[in-house]
Amino acid sequence: MERRTIFPGWTLPALLLLPQLVISFIFFYWPAAQAIWSSLTREDPFGLSAQFVGLENFADLFADPLYVATIWRTLFFCAAVAALSLGIALLLASFADREIRARGFYRTMLIWPYAIASAMAAVLWILLLHPQIGMLGRALVRAGLNWDYQLNGAQALLMVIIASAWKQISYNFIFLLAGLQSIPKTVIEAARMDGAKGFHRFRTIILPLLMPTVYFLVVVNLVYAAFDAFGTIWALTQGGPGKSTETLVVKVYRDGVVNLDLGSSAAQSVVLMAGVILLTALQFRFLGKKTTS
Amino acid sequence: MRPRTDWLAHFVLILGCVLFVAPLWMAFAGSTQSAGAIARGQMSLLPNLSGLGVYGDVLVHGGPGVGPVWHMLLISASMAIAIAVGKIVISVLSAYAVAFFRFPFRMAAFWMIFLTLMLPVEVRIIPTYTVMSDLGLINTFPGLTVPLIASATATLLFRQTFTAIPDELMEAARMDGAGPWRFLKDIVIPVSAANLAALFVIEFVYGWNQFLWPLLVAANPNLDTIVIGIVKMIGIDNAIEWNKVMATAVLALLPPVGVVLLMQRWFVKGLTEGDK
Amino acid sequence: MASLVLEDLRKSFGATAVLHGIDLTLQSGEMLVIVGASGCGKSTLLRLVAGLEVPTAGRIILDGRDVAPLDPAARDIAMVFQNYALYPHMSVFDNMAYGLRIRGLSKAEIARRVGDTATLLGLETLLQRRPRQLSGGQRQRVAMGRAIVREPKLFLFDEPLSNLDAKLRVTMRAEIRRLQRRMAVTSLYVTHDQVEAMTLGDRLLVLHQGRAVQLATPMEVFERPADTYVAGFIGAPSMNFLPATLSHGGTAATLDLGLVRPFADGRRAGEDGRKLIIGIRPEHIVEAADGLEVQIDLVEPLGSETVLIGRLANGDMLSVKVAGRAQGMESMRVTFPPANLHVFDAQTGLRLDPG
Repeated sequence: MERRTIFPGWTLPALLLLPQLVISFIFFYWPAAQAIWSSLTREDPFGLSAQFVGLENFADLFADPLYVATIWRTLFFCAAVAALSLGIALLLASFADREIRARGFYRTMLIWPYAIASAMAAVLWILLLHPQIGMLGRALVRAGLNWDYQLNGAQALLMVIIASAWKQISYNFIFLLAGLQSIPKTVIEAARMDGAKGFHRFRTIILPLLMPTVYFLVVVNLVYAAFDAFGTIWALTQGGPGKSTETLVVKVYRDGVVNLDLGSSAAQSVVLMAGVILLTALQFRFLGKKTTS
Repeated sequence: MRPRTDWLAHFVLILGCVLFVAPLWMAFAGSTQSAGAIARGQMSLLPNLSGLGVYGDVLVHGGPGVGPVWHMLLISASMAIAIAVGKIVISVLSAYAVAFFRFPFRMAAFWMIFLTLMLPVEVRIIPTYTVMSDLGLINTFPGLTVPLIASATATLLFRQTFTAIPDELMEAARMDGAGPWRFLKDIVIPVSAANLAALFVIEFVYGWNQFLWPLLVAANPNLDTIVIGIVKMIGIDNAIEWNKVMATAVLALLPPVGVVLLMQRWFVKGLTEGDK
Repeated sequence: MASLVLEDLRKSFGATAVLHGIDLTLQSGEMLVIVGASGCGKSTLLRLVAGLEVPTAGRIILDGRDVAPLDPAARDIAMVFQNYALYPHMSVFDNMAYGLRIRGLSKAEIARRVGDTATLLGLETLLQRRPRQLSGGQRQRVAMGRAIVREPKLFLFDEPLSNLDAKLRVTMRAEIRRLQRRMAVTSLYVTHDQVEAMTLGDRLLVLHQGRAVQLATPMEVFERPADTYVAGFIGAPSMNFLPATLSHGGTAATLDLGLVRPFADGRRAGEDGRKLIIGIRPEHIVEAADGLEVQIDLVEPLGSETVLIGRLANGDMLSVKVAGRAQGMESMRVTFPPANLHVFDAQTGLRLDPG
């Protein structure tokens, strides 16, 4: 929508935009361009000269079975986190939307965890699931399970999934509840007049109307799991044991910052960039749907 | 007709609350007990009130591997406030320029801000570090904050809020003699106060919860945020003093949770409306 | 008090010309109503005077000074907006005081002026309220107050009553007229409502497709419309138009349906056979045994009078307004008194006066 009246002049708006544009250029566009450039070049072992090698770095990357395994692991991790987190949040939101006593209290109790940092989620779950000190962890050990996420890869992966999904429930809950509340009461009443009851009503009327919000959240959750869950994973397992909880972002951090393998790190960065562009494009497709519905 | 109590709903929701409150309670209860008892797995769910002194202890002396907690809280709070305020100021100015002026490359500038959404730090990690180090920003407080205050989401949100301000309101203000700055200060900002409050909460939490960025650019222990600090505390190989970890965890959670609770109404509205 | 002169004022948006050169002179203290259908350019004209749009060409002379290059703030003009445009976060007092504060008036002066205006408008008890706590009529008053308190050289009204319900609109209309007379501030008032136009204006400016088609007192516009557009726009129900030709040496019109009507006010120029359009208002049509036959399609009783909508022999619509009731009528014969005829040229649509 275009405004009917505007302020005249262009120097003032240029000045207003300047700080944001300068920061965006220095810390976003310039480094991103650098990443793309170095993903296409290879430095000699002494770092004295760089040579253009085209897509060779990418070819190397995808020829590395470890990298391909990390891609699959990341996809699994993201899907599991999104599904678990959204599922629980949907369950809670649909009950919190009911006309029950103390619902304000329940809502507050489910909203505050929004404030938990992903690294803090890891700390809290360690306190619960640590095999020696955690209450749940000790219970699992006593139950005869060989519970130790520091040694068992599958258990470690399960734990980072749980902690990451747990942290994201609150965010999903807020959006799903808002989505449920924006469904017109009259539509629900019409469905009741038509005789739709309970779960059937939820599945045939409410859920379809909620789908734009759900699609939007699926993308947000995938982005969250792919990128922001780094804090949880790094604090919990640092990608281990072995590589069993290493996602793409953990790997790019480890290869670039810890192991200083710049060429591979740049190529990995560009792969991630492609991923995030794809996800953002998806997100705005669903946003469009959400606003038009 | 009085509605019957919906037992199923209460049951599910209470379970949901327990899911979030239990870990926090356990951290609090654990923090008041002796490190030895926790390490032996003899943790009680009842807090031992005489152990509350641990909070003073970690605040002043810190724990293994980290400095005093008060200092880390201070760094986190300064960082969160600097980022929240910086993001709001910078985004309000950009959105105001885009919404209320016409000038060459207006949409180009808007898209340039918008597209930073697609460049999280993870996809440009090494070159960003290089830029930071060229500018001498590694291990500095400005380095911790300034690069994070560019914000596509906040600019989008404000542009949308400003676009919803009726043309007549601006026209009335201009007839009353208000120029661009006055209109911004007297009309636009007060009218958008609820969105500003919501965004402050969102960005404060964002700033407080930063992990990868401080990990990358601030190795100096003097710049440890509380989140970095607690991960350090559990990262040492042995002699973890669990009661101190738990006390620090509780202290680390209180400020962002408090901000969210205090401003819950605005925050929820701003968050869900902003993403439309 | 100030006079306003517009000289060849033009406005185009891109290639689309919205105003094709408006010339206008307002006397000090005069209330001029600009009326026209939506899209005729009346709001654009008002916004040009306000300074909210920049004219493509022309001059806007307020009190002897060309204000066209000036910012709205520098023109000393106040405006009442269609949707009031009150500042939602400010009290009624602050809404009225805002413009005065920007002008740097003293606190005491602001308080005095806002107080006086509030008394004038009956807003004394509402000064601490926020706009959302006010009714539609009260908001309207605050919007008026915000304009009055500034004591501007010129008032602009942009359809200020269109958001009110019918009853309130009548009350506020009277009030605006009373206030404007009392303060004798030169005013431009834009509306699409012809009743507002007729009752409020000292003079009317009828705009059609960006051109001023008539500028005159309300009664003159009603009695001697400048062309068929104005004739059809002002008056309800609308004037009837019948095709005719000039005849009898220019002293009469022969309707295409055969009826001959002599001119009461003298002969029209031109050859016999010149194509004309004869206009007659519904309320001026009378029954006559030797008149034209009308088949009645619809009877609309309005209480004290009745509107009959019918069809002439050639299928053209004709509306007739009669006093009292007219139930169950199926047809009637009508004629048109010479004194009430409006004569227009069929080609240009312009009024043809005797001579």
